[in-house]
Amino acid sequence: MTRGARLIVLALGGAGLAALLVAACLDLPGFGGTWHPYGDRAVEASLSRRTANTIASVNFDQRAFDTLGEMSILFASVVGTVVLLRQTRDEKRGKPEPEEVALPVRRYALIVLPVAVLSGLYVIAHGQLSPGGGFQGGVVAATALHLLYLGADYRALERVRPVGLFEVGDALAASAYVVTGLAAVLGGTAFLANTLLPYGTFNTLASGGTVPLLNAAIGMEVACAVVVLLARFLDQAVEIEEENGKR
Amino acid sequence: MTVLPYLVAVWIFLIGCYGLATSRNLIHAVGCLAVCQSATYVLLLAVGYRDGGTAPVYSDIKPGSRPVVDPVVQALTLTDVVVGATVTALLLALVMQVSKRHGTVDPDELRELRG
Repeated sequence: MTRGARLIVLALGGAGLAALLVAACLDLPGFGGTWHPYGDRAVEASLSRRTANTIASVNFDQRAFDTLGEMSILFASVVGTVVLLRQTRDEKRGKPEPEEVALPVRRYALIVLPVAVLSGLYVIAHGQLSPGGGFQGGVVAATALHLLYLGADYRALERVRPVGLFEVGDALAASAYVVTGLAAVLGGTAFLANTLLPYGTFNTLASGGTVPLLNAAIGMEVACAVVVLLARFLDQAVEIEEENGKR
Repeated sequence: MTVLPYLVAVWIFLIGCYGLATSRNLIHAVGCLAVCQSATYVLLLAVGYRDGGTAPVYSDIKPGSRPVVDPVVQALTLTDVVVGATVTALLLALVMQVSKRHGTVDPDELRELRG
């Protein structure tokens, strides 16, 4: 199809879709209204299980099974990326050369690095209490490690980040989530039902039953996944060369 | 205008589709897909908003003292942001392989399948 013909088809389809979507929007309950039946029930269920962060309760208690699905997508896309970005037969591995880093950049990166890693772990640990949780904290902790690449060089990063270990960690975290679910089955209830552990005191670290456990598993999974993904892309950019020396 | 936030989501989705269809670079196409995806976040968060509502987190407010926004759609959005980012990484890895094998990232030049 030529570009012109494609644009005409796109304009027709887009106009039809836009008309349908606008008609659907006009029929939606008004923005900012007070009618939120699912939201109200989710808040009630979360408070009855003493989880202060309702969103963590929705993710790791009320919709824990859906989160297992989301986690599988994450895991599968990491596996796919690792397979796609492997070193092929016509490529060889070059040695990355250390590069000069401006002193303020180096200083700032090395000061911020421990703070950033710690905040990531804090966000994961307090997922059931305050805004945050495994998904966000995992990304913060994993990207914080890469400040070492900005502040020092690639070889320093490789020393603190054995990729093999993080790949194992990714798989372990995914299975920890499933095992926590299976423990509920062995305990005599449904898969991933939050009935196994005591709910604890509201607004303390150990509240919410299995929510903190699942939250920690997701935090580890996301952190390991992001580290593995970035490692593969950095490998391509820094180390892997084609036979003729081109990167 | 109580429908404006929904219309913003529609607009973001359509502009993303336009970019996808007219893209001359696969990396640009992956970016457009992310734009389409963010339309769903805007729609979900707009559906869950409540006038004067605050975050549904009870670590520092008393339950029942203030209206809160819908936590269900927030949870949906939050998981999708992270999962969407890793899927984008997978797509970019595919683009890298396409560029290595075919020497181009223009979708119009990728006519035939090659082994």
